[in-house]
Amino acid sequence: MTTSPGDNHDHGVDPVTGTTTTGHVWDGIRELNTPLPRWWLWTFYVTVVWSVAYWIVYPAWPLATGYTGGLFGWRSREAVVSDLDALKVQRAGFGGKLAATPLEEVAKDEQLFAFARAQGKAAFGDNCAPCHGAGGGGAKGFPNLNDDDWLWGGKLEDIQTTIRHGIRWTADDKTRIGNMPAFGRDGVLKRAEVNAVASYVRTLSGLSPTTGVDPALGAKVYGDNCAACHGDKGEGKLELGAPNLSDQVWLYGSDAASIADGVWNGRGQAMPAWAGRLDETTIKALSVYVHSLGGGTK
Amino acid sequence: MRDTSPSREAFRPGRTHMTDLQPAIAEADEPLYAARRRIFQQSVTGRFRTLKWAVLAVTLGVYYALPFVRWDRGPHAPGQAVLIDFPNRRFYFFFVEIWPQEVYYLTGLLILAALILFLMNAVAGRAWCGYLCPQTVWTDLFYAVERFFEGDRREQMRRAKQGLTFRTFVEKAMKHWVWLLIAWWTGGAWVLYFADAPTLVKELASGTAPFAAYLWIGILTATTYLLAGHMREQVCTYMCPWPRIQAALTDEYALNVTYRYDRGEPRGSLKKAIAARAAGEKAGDCVDCSQCVVVCPTGVDIRQGLQIDCIQCGLCIDACDGVMVKIGRPTGLIAYDTDLNVQAREQGLPESYRIVRPRTVLYAALILVVGAVMLWSLATRDMSGLSVIHDRNPVFVRLSDGGIRNAYTVRVLNKTLEPRRFVLSVSGRDGLAVEAVGVAGSRDGQPLVEVGPDQTREIRVLVTAHEPPKVQGTSPIVFTLVPADGGRAANANDYFRGP
Repeated sequence: MTTSPGDNHDHGVDPVTGTTTTGHVWDGIRELNTPLPRWWLWTFYVTVVWSVAYWIVYPAWPLATGYTGGLFGWRSREAVVSDLDALKVQRAGFGGKLAATPLEEVAKDEQLFAFARAQGKAAFGDNCAPCHGAGGGGAKGFPNLNDDDWLWGGKLEDIQTTIRHGIRWTADDKTRIGNMPAFGRDGVLKRAEVNAVASYVRTLSGLSPTTGVDPALGAKVYGDNCAACHGDKGEGKLELGAPNLSDQVWLYGSDAASIADGVWNGRGQAMPAWAGRLDETTIKALSVYVHSLGGGTK
Repeated sequence: MRDTSPSREAFRPGRTHMTDLQPAIAEADEPLYAARRRIFQQSVTGRFRTLKWAVLAVTLGVYYALPFVRWDRGPHAPGQAVLIDFPNRRFYFFFVEIWPQEVYYLTGLLILAALILFLMNAVAGRAWCGYLCPQTVWTDLFYAVERFFEGDRREQMRRAKQGLTFRTFVEKAMKHWVWLLIAWWTGGAWVLYFADAPTLVKELASGTAPFAAYLWIGILTATTYLLAGHMREQVCTYMCPWPRIQAALTDEYALNVTYRYDRGEPRGSLKKAIAARAAGEKAGDCVDCSQCVVVCPTGVDIRQGLQIDCIQCGLCIDACDGVMVKIGRPTGLIAYDTDLNVQAREQGLPESYRIVRPRTVLYAALILVVGAVMLWSLATRDMSGLSVIHDRNPVFVRLSDGGIRNAYTVRVLNKTLEPRRFVLSVSGRDGLAVEAVGVAGSRDGQPLVEVGPDQTREIRVLVTAHEPPKVQGTSPIVFTLVPADGGRAANANDYFRGP
């Protein structure tokens, strides 16, 4: 069964295996014809048909102003919405329980506490992290929520009120208001007095006073202008949002220049009110989460 | 460069001359696929058939009945002996319970399975394929059902030639119905491994089972019906990678179902053989009755030697032995043997069976080592533990008194089936206070963490150093978890960071 030159009708049967060849030759090596079984071939055809069906029933082809919609009317956005709805249903058990449980009681139920913290963490990342940082670490002018120093109180209820109504958020009737006046800019104090009081404020928390200022003047200015809100010893006042000046936590920095800047120009950073933007359960979860970061007080 | 596409050349009209390196292409009307030879398997009796029935009964019996075996684990864990609990992420196997992070036991099991397969292959070729493979077992069962309704090989062939009559139609319908029942039962048993079996059976009976259960029963019904009823030997020949791997793993001493051509050839009719022997000439024992071919589930002729389609089920041995007994010749013309021995006998040399050889010893030793390591690690594994992640942002926090606080996420594991309490403490640096958020209990000033049975609990742990001057840079610390009721402590290393 050898091939003879010029025989155009030779089937090319391989003498060793007795199998026909495909007629393909590479460097004198001929390829045996061992085709796939029929069902394999049909499976391949079915996949081709299947792919055509995909073009028809699902969105596929771009058009001048849009795309072919497909027979099923499937839309990725609707799929997301239905997934989110399913998620709400799935969370309804714990979500409902969280809504019904008083704020103080949440931590007593281990699983509910874990659920609230997880939901709070997610909401924090979406809404609070841009200012307070991903872990609530804060930045200059934006309070660190992990420490034990609170401007408006660190109890669960205080935190919840702050989140609901914001700080100096005038659009909300119940917002927390407390203003540090611009003593220098408004002409109440002179530059020398501002520098002297900045130096005095540093000494309240054990920091060294700045040189070249009159200590007695600083103490007098403080007593006349600052003690009403910040307290005689700089211990602060939560009801007014007046910071404690005798501790080691400084929102705008502890150097004399930063303190003097605050006295001269005043301070008054705002935080939005979240009631109405977030639902009550989410605000509750956020309160539990922020309280659990480490600084929450009883 | 030479044109290497002769097909294009060959189709050029008017071309008559071809080089001697280019054979003519195959006929244009040759089909694109290899036609399937339909296999009508003839029933057979004998040692290997009996063994195969026994293996079939045991393997299918285990598969269908195992989900209903109960195993008491107390009130906090399911009472099913073998259960893959996806919602709770647990795998139960009698006295063993595996958590997802212990997936290396599954890896070990797969390594063990592969080594056992290699050992089986080194000892007796494709013993897995011939007796134990699910494809073989279910196909065997489906063949039996087919013969029950449509008769043995000859009847099936006669009916195939005859075409469809009312009787053959009814027979075929019955066959497919029973096939589907078996396939459905196969899928039904499968889902029982993933939920409490008695409960799920009740739910399936009342139509209240989860959708996934019906879906998987449907999928496995379809695959079983298709693979065992219709695809059969095509799975082994075209789809399964094991024949290829097996061919690369085997050696010349592995026992295989072998036609002993030293004894069988020259083959011929019984009459001629008797005449030849009477005349003192050599005559083979093979009477060319083709019984070895007709009983073969993959339709091969074992007399052509070892081949990739052969699953080595031994049915041809049974068939040939039956014939040899009838014609009064010794059995074992087809037997588990090696080609080396056949050649040795042809040349009058002694046979050699080397079951114990470096390959088999190595596989057996590896199986023992892997098995021992797995058992040892399973027997000595910790039933509690902790893992610690330091807060990444902020890394540390300054408190109002000037102290420094680090926060950690600590996960406490309790693998026992009872609720347990653990004392969490930190060492490695003086003056550190430990506080666990949301944990009320404490012992000697350290948090006392209660973890439910077979659960983990994630807690936020605050570690504080209140003396500011000492807090400088980073110091390594160790979290220690001691079971309150005594027992082995677990440690986790981490760092306490400061400015």
